[in-house]
Amino acid sequence: MQTKSKKRKIRWSFIIFFIPVALWLLLLIVLPHLELLRISLTSSSAKGFTLANYAAFFKEPIYWLTFVRTALYSILVTVIVLVVSLPVAFYITKVSKIKTQGLLMVLILVPFWVSEMIRVYGWMILLRESGVINAIMLKLGLFHKPIEMLYNDATMIMGLVYTSMLFMIVPIIGVMGSLDDSLIEAAHDLGAKKTAIWKEIIIPYCMPGIMSGSIIVFMLVLGSYLTPKLMGGKNALWFTEQIYNQMIVYFNWEQGSAFGFSCYYFLL
Amino acid sequence: MIRTLPNSKAYITGYKLFIAIFFVFLFSPLVITMILAFNNSMFPSLPWKGFTLDWFFGNGPEKFGLFHDSINLRGIANSFKVAVTVSLLATTVGTMAAFLFEQEDFKFKGALYFLMIAPLVIPGVILGISILLFTNAISIFLDDTFGIYIKALSPSFWLVVMGQFSFIATIVTMIVSARLRKFDRTLEEAAFNLGANKFEVIWFITLKYLRPSIIGGAAIAFLMSFENFNTTLFLIGADSTLPINLYQQVRDGSTPVINAIAFLLIISVSTVAVINLYAGKKQEE
Repeated sequence: MQTKSKKRKIRWSFIIFFIPVALWLLLLIVLPHLELLRISLTSSSAKGFTLANYAAFFKEPIYWLTFVRTALYSILVTVIVLVVSLPVAFYITKVSKIKTQGLLMVLILVPFWVSEMIRVYGWMILLRESGVINAIMLKLGLFHKPIEMLYNDATMIMGLVYTSMLFMIVPIIGVMGSLDDSLIEAAHDLGAKKTAIWKEIIIPYCMPGIMSGSIIVFMLVLGSYLTPKLMGGKNALWFTEQIYNQMIVYFNWEQGSAFGFSCYYFLL
Repeated sequence: MIRTLPNSKAYITGYKLFIAIFFVFLFSPLVITMILAFNNSMFPSLPWKGFTLDWFFGNGPEKFGLFHDSINLRGIANSFKVAVTVSLLATTVGTMAAFLFEQEDFKFKGALYFLMIAPLVIPGVILGISILLFTNAISIFLDDTFGIYIKALSPSFWLVVMGQFSFIATIVTMIVSARLRKFDRTLEEAAFNLGANKFEVIWFITLKYLRPSIIGGAAIAFLMSFENFNTTLFLIGADSTLPINLYQQVRDGSTPVINAIAFLLIISVSTVAVINLYAGKKQEE
């Protein structure tokens, strides 16, 4: 009886919670993406739908080469981030003293709460030709003349690793924290080597965190603009710069939309 | 291997060294930026030419410090306005979304949840351009059919707020959901038995319980909005926010005023972080 009357009653709480969330997702995520897709299939010169913008993407080597370069570098950055993050997460959750865990966590979070712009700027004043590292090296006599360390791919990759690391460390810590120490102890007592423990216990257990961290880091790097623009080489573009140029510089929204949508094909 | 097992000295030392290098890597750009805010030089670089506060308070003729730099002050004010608005909106809707996904059951819940999580992986640039295109289409439609022009739909303050809100609300939802999941629902039942209605229960019991996560979510929403660049870039009108301002200055050559701004930002963020840590510890006790 009671359940029946409960069901028939309008669930006001559901409606109140549902409407704002539905509006948010519909108006700011779904419809804009449909519009992005629609515009990418149109052309400013002809009526109706066309695949011309996507054809241009494949025809012009500079477009798809930029895309391939961006995608490959994003994979490379994700792998480096993973390799650095695993031992750091392990140290914080399993090796460090329990008392210092909170402090270490805050120390890791602070740089990422500071604007990405400031972080990139910090690297710029460290690495550029008139930068701090050059000044110190010259003074120590290790360099004979200043070396430009900015504006090359290696520096850009380092910068991307730096700016996206947190998004790997936090999910991995989240999973690793619940890994039962006794599993590692048991393996150790049975004579397992460290590599075996990592391979057989820790990494499989942390897989959910590793996967979600990797996806977030990959998309974050793929979509980053500041770091490649300010730290990367001047003769090769990042894909987001290509989108920006089409949208804002050439005002070719159709082409820009096609580029924007192309980012998703990679995920599929 | 772990703290409960006997470890060789070499292992512990090596590991500590690795972590130390990691933290040096993490903090060197920030520390150097902060130090150079006080260098008495026209450029943010060495050599050290003595200590000065000119990059904060200087009022010409050579050095214009932050507090006399109207462009950057306006940028900070704009960022602040956007961040407060986004944080209020995202916290409200994010908390509602947490209730929706944790406490309600409905058809297509899984699909909607997937959609709610999606902004985490949608590149900010794409969020920016898609919202720009969509609002532009609405704006044109309204103008053509009704002859009305809504200023909020062209690149401006409200467009930036909408763009940032679209993904920051996801973050708040996840933070609040994580705590709501641990909520003991027998407390609710007890209140129902004592005659409370659904809204009294939410207001007096569940929201009280959620308070730390709501405050934490609002703080993170504020910080994410304050520093956002990618989405904002496409939606900004005439009123640049601070990151956009800084980007233009860094690209075109800069003075240590940027270091002064960075100094203040880093100090405020660290203060918030330390308070957060302290408050979290107190709650555990």
